[in-house]
Amino acid sequence: MGTTASKLGKDLLSEYQSNPFRERICHVFSTSEDKDGSLTFEDFLDLLSAFSDSATLEIKSHYAFRIFDFDDDGTLDRGDLEKLVNCLTGETDDTRLTPEEMRQLISNILEESDIDKDGTVNLSEFQHVISRSPDFVSSFKIVL
Amino acid sequence: MLPAEKNTCVIHTDKCKDHITPLCLSSEPETSEADDHEDDDNEETEVRPESLSPEELEKLKEAMDERKKLIQSLRGKPWPMKQKLDTLRESQEFVEKHEGALGKGRGRKLYAYKVMMTKKWMKFQRDFENFKTACIPWEMKIKEIESHFGSSVASYFIFLRWMYGINMILFGLTFGLVMVPEALMGKSYGSIPRKTVPRAEEASAMDFAVLWDFGGYAQYSVLFYGYYNNQRAIGWLKFRMPLSYFLVGVGTVAYSYMVVIRTMARNANESGIGDDNSFNFSWKMFTSWDYLIGNPETADNKFASITTSFKEAILEEQESLKDDNIHLTRFLRVLANFLVLCCLAGSGYLIYFVVRRSQKFTLDGLENHTWWERNEVNMVMSLLGMFCPMLFDVISTLENYHPRVALQWQLGRIFALFLGNLYTFIIALMDEINIKREEENIVKFNITMWEASLYNGTLMENSTAPPFTIHPADVPRGPCWETMVGQEFVRLIISDTMMTYITLLIGDFLRAVLVRFLNNCWCWDLEAGFPSYSEFDVSGNVLGLIFNQGMIWMGAFYAPCLPALNVLRLHVSMYLQCWAVMCCNVPQERVFKASGSNNFYMAMLLVILFLSTLPAIYTIVTIPPSFDCGPFSGKKRMFDVIHETLESDFPVWFSKVFSYASNPGLVLPFILLMALAIYYLQSTAKSYKEANVELKKKVQMVTCNEI
Repeated sequence: MGTTASKLGKDLLSEYQSNPFRERICHVFSTSEDKDGSLTFEDFLDLLSAFSDSATLEIKSHYAFRIFDFDDDGTLDRGDLEKLVNCLTGETDDTRLTPEEMRQLISNILEESDIDKDGTVNLSEFQHVISRSPDFVSSFKIVL
Repeated sequence: MLPAEKNTCVIHTDKCKDHITPLCLSSEPETSEADDHEDDDNEETEVRPESLSPEELEKLKEAMDERKKLIQSLRGKPWPMKQKLDTLRESQEFVEKHEGALGKGRGRKLYAYKVMMTKKWMKFQRDFENFKTACIPWEMKIKEIESHFGSSVASYFIFLRWMYGINMILFGLTFGLVMVPEALMGKSYGSIPRKTVPRAEEASAMDFAVLWDFGGYAQYSVLFYGYYNNQRAIGWLKFRMPLSYFLVGVGTVAYSYMVVIRTMARNANESGIGDDNSFNFSWKMFTSWDYLIGNPETADNKFASITTSFKEAILEEQESLKDDNIHLTRFLRVLANFLVLCCLAGSGYLIYFVVRRSQKFTLDGLENHTWWERNEVNMVMSLLGMFCPMLFDVISTLENYHPRVALQWQLGRIFALFLGNLYTFIIALMDEINIKREEENIVKFNITMWEASLYNGTLMENSTAPPFTIHPADVPRGPCWETMVGQEFVRLIISDTMMTYITLLIGDFLRAVLVRFLNNCWCWDLEAGFPSYSEFDVSGNVLGLIFNQGMIWMGAFYAPCLPALNVLRLHVSMYLQCWAVMCCNVPQERVFKASGSNNFYMAMLLVILFLSTLPAIYTIVTIPPSFDCGPFSGKKRMFDVIHETLESDFPVWFSKVFSYASNPGLVLPFILLMALAIYYLQSTAKSYKEANVELKKKVQMVTCNEI
């Protein structure tokens, strides 16, 4: 894959082309100054370490939060959640939810996870929800 | 990590010297991007213990403890790798430098030695873990399937691999402790009557048809119960064969119980928080994507299923308030259950009828009947197992349940079907056993007549052996119901296996070939409409596996070759099904979570284990063994071998103690005590669960108040 002096651009990560969060993952793990989402070898190691089997729930939930935070403001507000749902339902028009359904869905989610009722989900609320899920650790992993 | 040169700039043009890996250490302290830990570098305390005042010593101790805690918890911190490695190196240097100051002066060398040994031990442990992981078979195959089909299909193959492991152990036990000793140290083939093919059958003993049916030479070999001699100790090792046979039989069951219960407990621990339904939507949102999927087609399917599940959940939330036409739904459900019960009763009766018919055929002599009539029982059982589930599927459309609930009902019904079939089969077998036992008395009488006729020409002697040698093949033989039972089970399993493979090849492979190649010249789109490619039926396959294992457990006492056969079968299944899945199946449209079903399948396995060991235990305890075959011939009951061993092989006081311990006056209070213990543990578990719920509520209240 090149020497330590090489960079990995987004287009080279063919493994993750079917992952809807591929751009966010690259963005979160990249330490590049130009913000183009490219990864060095150490960034790549960070990525694999966070997604590996032996990473703790705390690490995984921390990175999951950063991945889902589309606008990088430290909280998941309505806009972030809407973008998240759109990513999950695929890019084509006939699989998207209607605006009515979207509104209903996001209200339900905020009702469940937003404990302090400020309209956003912050890191501790997110970790509180995720720690109760039995599926999270087993689905949030990438093995080469 | 590859060592980098000191001045290689990777991306950051202005932080060249930061990208030095720990392998080529520099002695100057490094600054990384965001150092969150306390900066104790300015503290330049000297190492000499005398020069430190008590408060400084105290501060140093605190700093040391904090560093040590940091080293322990470093793995769990969400920092970039470089930062973690730098912090680790710094903290370790600090600890090493100042550890000696806190400890005694002369302990330095011992401490260094201890540290080196700990490092070596950790490296050895890590290498061993790597080696163990590399030894796991079929890992790459399963990962490939996982990336194409998601984790629920892969969970079937993981279950298959686990079963393979159990069967290997069972095979080891039966092969090593039962089959090999008899083959090596027991009397060889042809030396005594029970080990020889009777003269009447000798002509056809090597025919393939007879061997495939496990008659002929296959029947009179270590594969079946009847071959084993009842000599108490064999060979120069004085191996106690009957005792070993009995204990291996008990041991296989005990081992299986242990493994299944241990796996269940481990699974329960992992998902131990229980299924809370309070975060339904959030979980769907945050945890539904399976990051292991690498195939675009599977990803599309996953998108579709996630969309469907969102829409469904929203609809359910809205519709949970209105319930119209509940009477019609209830009536339809009762009707559906009634139809299912009719089906089950019908299939049970069909099997009973077919088994009776096959008994009639055996009495007439098997050569007069066609192939179908000879294998009727096995064929009917396999066909029922194939078609009834489809019938249940059709009936369940009447019921209008949520898909997950409907799936559980379906699994429950298929389970009841298989169970009913199996038990009807066993009851029919019992009838045959009774017939054979009645035959025994007649044969015993015939043998005494035959022996008397041998003495007709000679003087009356008191010896019990005939004065002239008779070839073992000519001695009249008593019936052997145990071997018959073993043979029935082996035949059932073989026909079941063949049926599964043929269904696989025709139903999946041939269908895929037809759809692919006929699509060009057909009126409608074969790939999108009927019949299209098949999906992998996880639950059906898992049930098939569980029931097969049940049959193995049932028959292993009477046919020691069964675990070996099963190991072979699972090995072939693994490769065949892996190939078939990748070649002929498409990813499922509805992708279900695999996590909830894990313990469900384990629970079914446990029930099957219990139910399949019941008949074997019943026959061991109630029915006297055949007088002319097997390791227990001549005894009144099979478990008498234990009594005999205790009397002859153990010192006298031991058997006295044992006879006291097996006194009903002692056993009954013990059982009562165990029942009380179970009741007590149950009530404490319930109270812990309630306390758990209370604590959860408290946590929620506290977080609410804090935020």
